[in-house]
Amino acid sequence: MAQIIGGIATSHVPGIGGAIAQGKQHDPYWSPFFDGFGTAHTWLEKARADAVVVLYNDHGLNFFLDKMPSFAVGAAAEYANADEGWGLPVLRPYRGDPLLSWHIIEQLVADEFDITTCQEMLVDHAFTVPMQLLWPDGTPIPAVPVAINTVQHPLPSVARCFKLGRSIGRAIASYPSAKRVLILATGGLSHQLDGARAGFINKAFDTEFLEELVSHPEAIARHSIADIVELAGTQGVELLMWMAMRGALEGPVQRITQTYHIPISNTAACLLILEPENLAAGLGASIKMPHTKGGVTQSSQFP
Amino acid sequence: MDAHPLTRPEARREIEGTVIFDGVQAMKGYALNKMCFSLNDAANRAAFRADETAYCERFGLTPAQCAAVAARDVLGMLAAGGNVYYLAKLAGVLGLGVQDLGAQQTGVSVEEFKAKLVKAGQ
Repeated sequence: MAQIIGGIATSHVPGIGGAIAQGKQHDPYWSPFFDGFGTAHTWLEKARADAVVVLYNDHGLNFFLDKMPSFAVGAAAEYANADEGWGLPVLRPYRGDPLLSWHIIEQLVADEFDITTCQEMLVDHAFTVPMQLLWPDGTPIPAVPVAINTVQHPLPSVARCFKLGRSIGRAIASYPSAKRVLILATGGLSHQLDGARAGFINKAFDTEFLEELVSHPEAIARHSIADIVELAGTQGVELLMWMAMRGALEGPVQRITQTYHIPISNTAACLLILEPENLAAGLGASIKMPHTKGGVTQSSQFP
Repeated sequence: MDAHPLTRPEARREIEGTVIFDGVQAMKGYALNKMCFSLNDAANRAAFRADETAYCERFGLTPAQCAAVAARDVLGMLAAGGNVYYLAKLAGVLGLGVQDLGAQQTGVSVEEFKAKLVKAGQ
């Protein structure tokens, strides 16, 4: 059967895509964010993933308010990027894995997730920026995009997104294949673009969230969506994708790396790599932990 | 005010300086957001630039929405039902970045807004 070899979560700020396009990765402003990805590249090389499930939120490229699914799963052989209106270069299409998509769709619906399926799906910066960060030379593996509504309230709850991830995890564990599957969540952490509270960032909340996400993620479900908006900002609700990623990783996890930096654009930017503890011959055992930014400390139990 | 089911206090929490984009806002802002969504297309961006007023009228914006767009008044657009993800596309056409938007909405200079962001990390 297929197995999940790890989970990665990263911010997807459009400005990161702009910085990549302009080759600014080593500029003093950007390097605290980009530098963390060296560890990600090393880990990915060892992880030998065959496919990636990308949990992200569409920002008005594929979906508009005429039809707004809470959860949408791509089931296409290819996913095109397109003009988002403010100048990011349009990237080449990404390869899909329709058979894996339909297997995940079957499991989700069996688990009573009434999702929307998409045989055509444009993917925006929330999908493409993390792909560029993880694979600067092009994504070598096929993807299954899973979009979560963070645009129009009511949003799916924290617990619901965690369960969505659980269901995706079950799907992969029952997929008749030797595939090694990576789960990628994009967005966050705390930030707010709109309103008189624009620029709101909550480092204390992010710090607590990251600790709980690793050690006892179910506890985060105590927060309602209104709580998350209040604590993490209107766009901080993107941590719903992080919850879904964590849900897909059944059981205890090892934190391979974590970087946290304020600000990238208007956002507390974070990269987190988690590996299931039950993974044979832990991939992260020989990977050096990088220093962390922004004062988030590492738990001593991690290498 | 009528007891609208979506405005019951238990369903909507007041968060300072924050508009939750819910069904009430989504109904109110549909035309404005649809106009902004259309700006994904380069030809539509050109049409907007050529004649803003005509372009807004084509999408049936309300007078409040038209006025907010004309004044580049982001808080006004939000109050008129605008959603930040779609407004971002309009901002792109107008050459405004997220720090410009943040500064305008919070009534400070762009430099002050950036300094506030840096401070949040300290």
